[in-house]
Amino acid sequence: MRPFAYRRAASALDAVQAAAGPPTEAPTQFLAGGTTLIDLMKLDAMRAETLVDLNDLSRELGGISAGADGLALGALARMSDAARHPIVRRDYPVIAQALDLAASQQLRNMATLGGNVLQRTRCEYFRDPSWTRCNKRDPGSGCAALEGVNRKHAVLGVGERCIAAYPGDFAQALAALEAEVEILGPGGPRAMAFEALHVEPGAAPEAETVLAPDDLITGFRIPARPWTRRSLYLKVRDRESYEFALASAAVALDLRNGTVNQVRIALGGVATKP
Amino acid sequence: MTRTTIERPPAGFSRRGLLAAGGLSAAGVSFATSARSAPARAPAGPPARILDISLTVNGRANVLALDPRTSLLDALRDHLGLTGTKKGCDHGQCGACTVHLGGRPVLSCLTLAAAVREPVATIEGLAGPGGQLHPMQQAFIDEDAFQCGYCTPGQIMSAVACVSQGRAGSDAEVREFMSGNLCRCAAYPHIVAAIREAGGRQGA
Repeated sequence: MRPFAYRRAASALDAVQAAAGPPTEAPTQFLAGGTTLIDLMKLDAMRAETLVDLNDLSRELGGISAGADGLALGALARMSDAARHPIVRRDYPVIAQALDLAASQQLRNMATLGGNVLQRTRCEYFRDPSWTRCNKRDPGSGCAALEGVNRKHAVLGVGERCIAAYPGDFAQALAALEAEVEILGPGGPRAMAFEALHVEPGAAPEAETVLAPDDLITGFRIPARPWTRRSLYLKVRDRESYEFALASAAVALDLRNGTVNQVRIALGGVATKP
Repeated sequence: MTRTTIERPPAGFSRRGLLAAGGLSAAGVSFATSARSAPARAPAGPPARILDISLTVNGRANVLALDPRTSLLDALRDHLGLTGTKKGCDHGQCGACTVHLGGRPVLSCLTLAAAVREPVATIEGLAGPGGQLHPMQQAFIDEDAFQCGYCTPGQIMSAVACVSQGRAGSDAEVREFMSGNLCRCAAYPHIVAAIREAGGRQGA
């Protein structure tokens, strides 16, 4: 792994300030669970001059709370914390199921919710730098997956420069439930529709979200709606457990007197973004 | 709790110590070199500064001088001499490096030692003070739950959590909980049996 400078953030604001500065080739990365970042830095598929460790902020950003108007999930809550939270399981089952069906129990104990939605693609041509052509890793170099082994690559939202699939599960649940993502940036806090966080590869596959390097996801808000409680996550994969989706669906229904009043479906495993 | 500062594992007369001392021979030298993590080809940032990192492992507090890139796995194996935790894939895919952090199983290969805030428990910490095996270790022996044994420390650390979290109620539940621990010898039926056996004994 390439050398990096390491520092601990004392607060969310401190983290954002530590990541500020002029653009560089290997921008500062926030370290939370590390399950994507450390893996990809070992592979040299990601580089960072500085890691800002967020693990002292779990009190500030690790909470899970629910009220009449909805559910608030802190960005540093671990996947396993949210998956086994009794109110999440009862009132937002699609979230608990999407988290439970992802990764392994060890990884769920490590990975945070904020990091989870930013996990990078499993495209082998991206992960393995011995493949020189990858527009996502090295903009302008081409795409080896277009003519390569691409059975698990995306079908929806693809472009001529990238067909890498977004691999996560939790993000589909957030999209189906019309969640908002909360962000702290140099200009202060802001919130936006979760669906607007990720972008299709288009002309710039290296940009996967609208976030700047010094934007920090601080949490998610999921509004309580008629369909949140009647929701589920369905995941189809090559093996029963510990595998990414070939195709998945987060589904939420507003069912009244036997009639579907509203249905919300988010597809996973088949698209370049959640 | 005792507090010690350990730079290198204490040298005792052991098979491992003997092999390490073999660095005098030409073969030993080349082995020792290749066993180290690959050097970075070109630095992305400033040269790494050595950090003083506090790690409490199996109830013992340590302060280690480490490169920030050091994983918890390498800190345990190469700096504390706790080689029970195994390096399999080193990419979070096989589970051989599973340890407990704050009582919960995590992958030590994807955990930076610098990012550890909670106490660590490894396979070396499972046995009782008199050396009596943990019930899960005994169940793995009784049920013949390993062949080569390389994945076994990670399997046992996950298995202990499987029972303590009440997830050993059926074979299917055990298989789901244990899916992050791969066994290339495919001792899976015996591993499931050992966990069910230990879980039953502990009333899970």
